[in-house]
Amino acid sequence: MHELSIAVSIVEMAEEQAARHGAVKIQAVHLRLGHLSGVVKEALLSSYEMACESTPLEGSQLLIEEVPVEVFCPKCDQPRLVDSIQWFCCPVCGTPTPTVLHGKELEVVALEMTE
Amino acid sequence: MIPDTRVVPRLVEVRQNVLRQNDVIARALRERFRQAGVLAVSLVSSPGSGKTAFLENVLTLLRPRYQVAALVGDLATENDATRLARSQVPVKQIITGTVCHLEAAMVQSALDGWDLNQLDFLFVENVGNLVCPSSYDLGEDLRFVLLSVTEGEDKPLKYPTIFNSADVAVITKSDLAAAVEFDESAARRNIQAVRPGMNVFKLSSKTGEGMSEFLYFLERRRTHSATIVAT
Repeated sequence: MHELSIAVSIVEMAEEQAARHGAVKIQAVHLRLGHLSGVVKEALLSSYEMACESTPLEGSQLLIEEVPVEVFCPKCDQPRLVDSIQWFCCPVCGTPTPTVLHGKELEVVALEMTE
Repeated sequence: MIPDTRVVPRLVEVRQNVLRQNDVIARALRERFRQAGVLAVSLVSSPGSGKTAFLENVLTLLRPRYQVAALVGDLATENDATRLARSQVPVKQIITGTVCHLEAAMVQSALDGWDLNQLDFLFVENVGNLVCPSSYDLGEDLRFVLLSVTEGEDKPLKYPTIFNSADVAVITKSDLAAAVEFDESAARRNIQAVRPGMNVFKLSSKTGEGMSEFLYFLERRRTHSATIVAT
C-alpha cells in the first residue's frame, strides 16, 4: 500500500505549482495512470482525499485518465494494445514482445486552479 | 441581470512524473555505479521466498574473488543484516519503518561512507513485497525477482507488474520442488507470458544446485558492463 506516499507526492507537486502560479486553491488534479504503473486507482483515490486534508487541495478532485498497456510488435512492426497484462504478446499475430511503449505512466498532466 | 461572480478555474499544464524526485536520485545513483564500475543488483520477492538465504550464498561465493557489499531493506529488525554479515562482507540494514518498499533516497543515504570504487558488486535486497517496489527505480543495473517453488507457479500472473519490471527471474528452493509438486514448465511459461525473453535461473541456496550457472551469469554481466565503461 504505497498509494498514500504517491498521493502525498501529488499534493506536494500541486502545492508547489500553485505557489508558482500565485493560486490560492486547487480545484482538480489531472493524472495519467498506466496499468503497469504499480498503482491501484481506487487506493490512490482514497489516499488522495487523506493527503489533501489541511492543504490548498482540500476538497479538490483527482481526475484519473487510465493508460492501457501498449507494446511494440516486432513482426507487425506496429504499436499494439495488449489484451491483458498477463500476456505480453501482439493481440493480432500473437508474437511475444517485451517492448512496452505505454502503460507505466504516473504523471500529473494539468491542474485546475483559482487565484 | 446579475453578473456571474463565480471564479472560473484556470487550467495549467504541468506534465510532471509523480516519482520525478525518486527518478532523479536513481539516475544519479546509476551513473555513480557506472563510474565506479560496480554492478548494482536489486532483489525483489514476496516475504519468505528465500532472498536472504540466496544473498548469503551469493555473497559468500563471490567474496574470495570480488569486493562485494549489500544493503538490506526491512520494515523492522536488523536480523537480515546480522545473517548476511556472516558472509564477512560489508552489510548495512535499511529500516523503512512503515514504508513497504525501498526508494532511491534510502539507497543513497545508506551508501554514505562507502567507497563505491572499492566494490565490484553491490546487492540491494528490497522489502519482501511483490506490489509496491515495482514503481521505484533504485538505480540498479539489474532487478532480480525471486519466486520460490513453494509459492505456486502462477505468482507471475498474479503479480505481472513486478515480474514485468524485473530483468531476471530466479526460482528458489529447488530442493523442495518434488515435495510440493512444483510444475516448472508452467512457472517458466507464466514468467515468459508477463516478460517475454526474461532469463530464468532455478537454484537451491541449501544444496547449491544451479548456483554456479547463476554466478557465471553475474560475472559475465559485470565484465560486460565494465567493457562498456572502458570503451
